[in-house]
Amino acid sequence: MALEESHVRRAAHLARLAVSDDQATGFVDDLSRILDMVDQLQAIDTEGVSPLAHPLDATQRLRADEVTETNQRDIFQRCAPAVENGLYLVPRVVE
Amino acid sequence: MHDKTLTQLAASLKSGEFSSRELTAHFLQKIEKADSKLNSFITVTGEQALKQAEAADNARAAGETGILTGIPLALKDIFCTRDVKTSCGSRMLDNFIAPYDATVVEKLNAAGTISLGKTNMDEFAMGSSNENSHYGPVKNPWDLTAVPGGSSGGSAAAVAAGLVPAAMGTDTGGSIRQPAAFCGITGLKPTYGRVSRYGMIAYASSLDQAGPMARSAEDCAHLMNVIAGHDVRDSTSVARGVPDYTDTLNAPLSGLKIGLPKEYFGDGLDPDVESAVREAVKVYESLGATVREVSLPHTHYAIPAYYVIAPAEASSNLSRFDGVRFGHRCKDPVDLIDLYKRSRAEGFGEEVKRRILIGTHTLSEGFFDAYYTKAQKVRRLIRQDFLDAFEDVDVLMGPASPTPAFDLGAKKDPVSMYLQDIYTIAVNLAGIPGISVPAGLAGGRPVGLQILGTHFAEAQLLNVAHQYQQATDWHLQLPAFAEEYA
Repeated sequence: MALEESHVRRAAHLARLAVSDDQATGFVDDLSRILDMVDQLQAIDTEGVSPLAHPLDATQRLRADEVTETNQRDIFQRCAPAVENGLYLVPRVVE
Repeated sequence: MHDKTLTQLAASLKSGEFSSRELTAHFLQKIEKADSKLNSFITVTGEQALKQAEAADNARAAGETGILTGIPLALKDIFCTRDVKTSCGSRMLDNFIAPYDATVVEKLNAAGTISLGKTNMDEFAMGSSNENSHYGPVKNPWDLTAVPGGSSGGSAAAVAAGLVPAAMGTDTGGSIRQPAAFCGITGLKPTYGRVSRYGMIAYASSLDQAGPMARSAEDCAHLMNVIAGHDVRDSTSVARGVPDYTDTLNAPLSGLKIGLPKEYFGDGLDPDVESAVREAVKVYESLGATVREVSLPHTHYAIPAYYVIAPAEASSNLSRFDGVRFGHRCKDPVDLIDLYKRSRAEGFGEEVKRRILIGTHTLSEGFFDAYYTKAQKVRRLIRQDFLDAFEDVDVLMGPASPTPAFDLGAKKDPVSMYLQDIYTIAVNLAGIPGISVPAGLAGGRPVGLQILGTHFAEAQLLNVAHQYQQATDWHLQLPAFAEEYA
């Protein structure tokens, strides 16, 4: 499956990555070579094989729905770029 | 002290030959003297280490000691360490002071070990040469023009150079075993879920696993005794009893059935690496093992499957780096989207971006089934290859890497770098454990013998590796660099 620059631009937008025109060209090149290598998978017959998501086929363990964490907001916000009154600051979203 | 194994150092601490403070100061001095040449550490926590060492000495005086009390270690900079910078080799986290300890770190602290600092690595563990670090490449102590392997390259180089007796690494596609092979040390990737991933910065969550890197299998057994086990904070960690990994180290190997996967001895394998591995297998035969050829027919598809699954998981895991809650934030964002896009573009390096883009693309509408679902089906076939092989043999053996350490700057094309991991990557897809042990030199650079076992066979792998290390001394050989800076 050939990769086009529009695919790279779409992925970059979905992944929230700023990519310049020059970089986009470079990524088309690199990603195309990676996907060419990946395309070898198409040669295998996987009819009737179910996908494997977890190497041990484990299922999600459940626990009682009880509060176990204490509030550590101040500690966690110490490494934030910008906070005020316990809130994370971002550019204005709603006018 | 630099040439002693962790096991020997523990015995010396116990007998009172030296204190943990003396031992810790010795290694800190070595780092100070030698690491400008290697770049194996991102952060050295000398002051904190000496405090920990004093506490360990006091605990010993009070009779409250375990085997590892007072032993200095290093941690790959992927493990969160409370109040210490945890960069994951990325500009994105250059300013990140972790607010909590990873479970592995918590357990090592509780066992009385001393952390000397955080080791260099490929950014977000994405790489096989340690050339993808924001903090610059690491040099291989066996040859300063060679790479140490990756992504746990700093941990491997530091141990090989005698800057620290052991270090923790992580392995998503070979990141413990390949650098251990390149640097001539012993490195174990446990079964997926054997060691908690809590506080280990996630790359590909269904593949990531932490493990020890040290001089010997015996050293790794002691470390596994501390770090293995269930953790309620990691829902994928396995609730299953942990054996004492040192108990079975000396079990005899007579009757051991070794399989040599024919696909691991094919095209692209360096002849000197092959002969070193075949010599090692002969040693096992002399110890009473039997050897036969086996087949892992889907080996060739492991790298293609990995480069769908790992980037897909990475693209999801790395979406947390948004410039809002922690990590790098761009200057003067005009709006929220600009903040996200520029913070991430500035914070991530090239290889990380490539994998995020690959993962986002293959998971996106119209491509998901052709790539992701297909790769997961192939993953099942790859795992089945191993399960079938373990019906007939106890362990598999082969090279950890097709070549010895390559030169810095030698692999500029990403795909040629990826192909280096041909013998390690399927192991993560299958979730089985693997260990690399030093098995000789090729052109002055170390060769690693990789030994694979079925799920939860760590004790057996350590036994098999230990018996080889009782019969040979490759694991005790040090690079000239380690002697020069002794």
